[in-house]
Amino acid sequence: MEYVISVLLSGISVGGQYALIAIGYTLVYGILRLINFAHGDVFMVAGLMGIYLTAVLPISLSLPLVILLTVLLGFTIERAAYKPLRNAPRMSVMISAIGVSYLLQNTATYVTGGQPMTYPTIPFLSDTVNVAGTQTKWVVILTPFLVLLLVILLSMLINKTKVGMAMRAVSKDFETSRLMGIKINSVISVTFVIGSALAAVGSILFFTNYPAITPLAGAMPGLKAFVAAVFGGIGSIPGAVIGAFIIGICETIIKGLPSSWDVSVFSDAFTFALLIVILVYKPQGLFGEAATDKV
Amino acid sequence: MKRKVLAILLTGVMAFGLCACSSTPAPAAGASGGAESAAPAESSASSGDTIRIGVFEPSTGDSASGGKKEILGMQFANSETPTVDVGGKTYNVELVYADNGSSADKAPSAASELVGKDVSLVLGSYGSGVSMAGGPKFEEAGLAAIGVTCTNPNVTAGNDYYFRICFLDNFQADVLANFAMDKFSAKKAYALGENGNEYDQGLVAFFTQVFTAAGGEVISDSFPTNNSDFTSYLNKAKSEGADVIFTPVSIAYAKQIMEQAASLDIGIPFLGSDTLDDNMVLEATKDTNLQLYVSTFYQEGGSETFDKGIKEYINGNSDALTANGGNDTISAVTAMGYDAYYVALEAIKAAGSPDKAAIKGAIPGVKYDGVSGSIAFDDIGDAVRDTAYIKTADTASGTWAFEKVQTGTGN
Amino acid sequence: MMKRSKAILPALAGVTALLLFVILLENISSMIPGLPLVFQPTSPLFTVLKKAAVYSLVAVSMNLLNGFTGLFSLGQAGFMLLGAYTFAILTVPTAQKDQVYYLFGGCAFDFSLPDFFGSIFGSTGAGGAVSMVLGCLIALVLAGCVAGFFAWLIGIPVLRLKSDYLAIATLGFAEILRAIFQWQKLGPITNGANMIKGFPTFSSFNISDASGNVVLRLSTFVPFLITSICVALIVLLIHSSYGRAFKTIRDDEVAAEAMGISLFKHKMLSFVISSFFAGVGGALFAMYVANAQAKAFTSTMTYEILLIVVIGGIGSVSGSVLATFLYVACCEWWLRFLDSEMYIGSFKVPLLRNGFRMVVFSVVIMVIVLFFSQGIMGNRELSFSRLKRLGKKKDEEAAGDKGAAENKTGEG
Repeated sequence: MEYVISVLLSGISVGGQYALIAIGYTLVYGILRLINFAHGDVFMVAGLMGIYLTAVLPISLSLPLVILLTVLLGFTIERAAYKPLRNAPRMSVMISAIGVSYLLQNTATYVTGGQPMTYPTIPFLSDTVNVAGTQTKWVVILTPFLVLLLVILLSMLINKTKVGMAMRAVSKDFETSRLMGIKINSVISVTFVIGSALAAVGSILFFTNYPAITPLAGAMPGLKAFVAAVFGGIGSIPGAVIGAFIIGICETIIKGLPSSWDVSVFSDAFTFALLIVILVYKPQGLFGEAATDKV
Repeated sequence: MKRKVLAILLTGVMAFGLCACSSTPAPAAGASGGAESAAPAESSASSGDTIRIGVFEPSTGDSASGGKKEILGMQFANSETPTVDVGGKTYNVELVYADNGSSADKAPSAASELVGKDVSLVLGSYGSGVSMAGGPKFEEAGLAAIGVTCTNPNVTAGNDYYFRICFLDNFQADVLANFAMDKFSAKKAYALGENGNEYDQGLVAFFTQVFTAAGGEVISDSFPTNNSDFTSYLNKAKSEGADVIFTPVSIAYAKQIMEQAASLDIGIPFLGSDTLDDNMVLEATKDTNLQLYVSTFYQEGGSETFDKGIKEYINGNSDALTANGGNDTISAVTAMGYDAYYVALEAIKAAGSPDKAAIKGAIPGVKYDGVSGSIAFDDIGDAVRDTAYIKTADTASGTWAFEKVQTGTGN
Repeated sequence: MMKRSKAILPALAGVTALLLFVILLENISSMIPGLPLVFQPTSPLFTVLKKAAVYSLVAVSMNLLNGFTGLFSLGQAGFMLLGAYTFAILTVPTAQKDQVYYLFGGCAFDFSLPDFFGSIFGSTGAGGAVSMVLGCLIALVLAGCVAGFFAWLIGIPVLRLKSDYLAIATLGFAEILRAIFQWQKLGPITNGANMIKGFPTFSSFNISDASGNVVLRLSTFVPFLITSICVALIVLLIHSSYGRAFKTIRDDEVAAEAMGISLFKHKMLSFVISSFFAGVGGALFAMYVANAQAKAFTSTMTYEILLIVVIGGIGSVSGSVLATFLYVACCEWWLRFLDSEMYIGSFKVPLLRNGFRMVVFSVVIMVIVLFFSQGIMGNRELSFSRLKRLGKKKDEEAAGDKGAAENKTGEG
């Protein structure tokens, strides 16, 4: 029983961290129809910034700064790498995204010297707590609640504010909303800012829990978060969150299956198999709107 | 036009923003830190009074941390003994580096880069996969390579030009399995390795063989590459009632596993292979109640002069300090790198010339008493070794404590 | 038609000249002693040439899919993996299997093509050479077939998806394949995590005399030859009616369908053929690194090839080939100095240290993607007539390149 609880606990926390990244994917895809391959790497860079900043500044100052710098990075990437290609074929933008991801990974290798870096311990979040006989970190317990809070805030932003309305309009019809006088570029920038900020928060939670960062640390969580976004119905925020939790929990359950079956190696493969099945049978995902341009 | 300029600027900002925001703690990873030794590779084969030794090591990728520490040992040895007398003539010894990037597809070109720079023999690599990928290039070029800590049996088997000074995976697994039974009277072991990593899986397989032959039970799992959540595996080990957890994984994963085990309060002793003998792993165990035992090639205190010398070297050079992970704890691979350099010098002396064919012919006859023990080669080119050091992490002080010298059952 | 046959001859001549040049280049050091180190058979030059020859085949196969059919697939590494393993499993000599599969007590698949032919033609001397070459050739073809077969299997569901969804699905497929091939339970066939080695490599094609001295080096020639043949086949395909159908699909799917082109059938054809050649490329890659191990075939490899295709120009075969040679030479050879510290006098050049090469590379790639999205060649091809008419560039652009044949005189 203790074992089941511990597996579920880590599943929920992994899911929560995927959720924060998945929201970034789903927002950007909803508006630009672009799989932002670099998003996972932005997440990794946010982690590295956390390490370097906490080395010189107190935590209370460095964590907000991490979020700020990550937002700046996301904004810069959009302006430098995606905006010039706004009228280019979709393939070019995706290639540009892959190029940015390549650049971020290589720069991280250069800066860290390829060594795994240790994320600092954050007071309270890193402390351990005993839940039903299993010991775990506070961050594990807090992640789902924090995610819930952020999602509520985000939904309010999208449904109640003017910027949110503009975002919805742009994702419905790019050209028409431009004609209606919406400043497309600033709406897209806002999207990237929100996505990057959430990735930064996600990185703080994720790396507090799994405190080693390598240049490739963002690639796998990034891809899985993307799968989660597709699973939940790309463009839908609650969908992305629920998809992320389902994938996180499934993944830890697969890892936790009896060793004699020897299937734990397929925890990543499962995610991708799920992706292919979803794309083929229900491409609009759990909560997505049926769109015609996917199939 | 303006926009283009702006975009170029922004691209630049992106590229160097990262470097800029990290410039304060300046992590100047000094793999090629040996200053002038990494001199521009003008292949001036005419400089007859220099002997080049190729250093075939990873300084990027998964194994970078280990590779850099191994290079450190060679650099220290080189600074200690920068010349060699051959046939009444004194030659300067120059280390020539090539980064094999910890990956089998970069290794062949790194190997041929060394061959192209006209080195007399090659040292390395840390990690068996890259050694096996680079091996054929050395064989083709008739260049001898001395593996420092590549422990997979297939490195030297089938390659006449590859030698090595370390023990093999099956020996190490044997040692650890015996240790588990001697020390903990373990009946059930949980083994965890990376999927698709020949080092991890080889050790797990040999460990399972020995442990089950002695009446124990091994449960094994593999995790996918780039995995970061190990709590499910650790909890599984706990719920299965394992007596020991065997984790022969690379440094980055070992660090993650230790950190997560500490927060889970797992309470089961960990057994690690030579890769875990690394100060980054040690750091992760500090101030925790983890029990970690590793088998390794060298134990600090084995040779006081070496310990003192290398610590001075590390502390006196900021690049070396960074490469060693920011402190002066001596990794066994550093000692092995140090020994490898001297074995190379012995081979050059025995050959009586800097000619690579002569050196290759001389290596099998080399006998050398290094800081990690005495080194001699068998028919396949493997070092004849029958002991390994077991050490344990002293979690209070954050240092390694000597546990015992363990011999294998000799299979 | 007239134009075609006119273009084929010079192209054929160009390729033959290139292949002869490669043989000459490789053997020149033994003919003329005292040449610079770079001409020695062990110099990086030949490693680069071999790797580039292998990669250019994979790049062209990817271009067939991405550039000519407009299907954005990121599964290349997965198909290469299939090819590499098929080739390796089929060609490891039976005598070596116990050593290679030492963790699993030998291989479950106790058969080796070169050994099989060896039992017919004899295993030493000329007979041995014949059986080795035959064994390798058949294994190469089978490597392609296995990759093609799996492409067909996965193509049935995923080819219905469009652009980015197809990309991510094929990427996922490659990751699944990697996990399966690394699985210890399949060890008796795939050798689990361990690499398969001991099979014939490019160096096995060097001709040596009775005492073991190499008389004629062919180790660089072989990948060039195989790649040339495969690329020529792809070019022929592109210029056939199928190729025109592919391009129509790329330009406008709806129009293509209205013209009576079966979308699914043609997409599948392109996907399977591209994967076939990726599989052959994977087998060649295994020969180049002298081992087959699933660990090498990551998505990073696919991205690398994709970026090569982009640098060369999406939709240009000769561009892909040129770009591969440039990319590999820079990455593995010319720019390596960026990774080590350098002093000019007593001045230490800043920034130079490990990993800097890849940073410079990624910046260059970003600049190409953003500002020179046409790449080196755009969608044009290199040809003799083009070289001649370089002055009259303007009207050519309008005329298009439909008839221009492919040749690969570009690497130097």
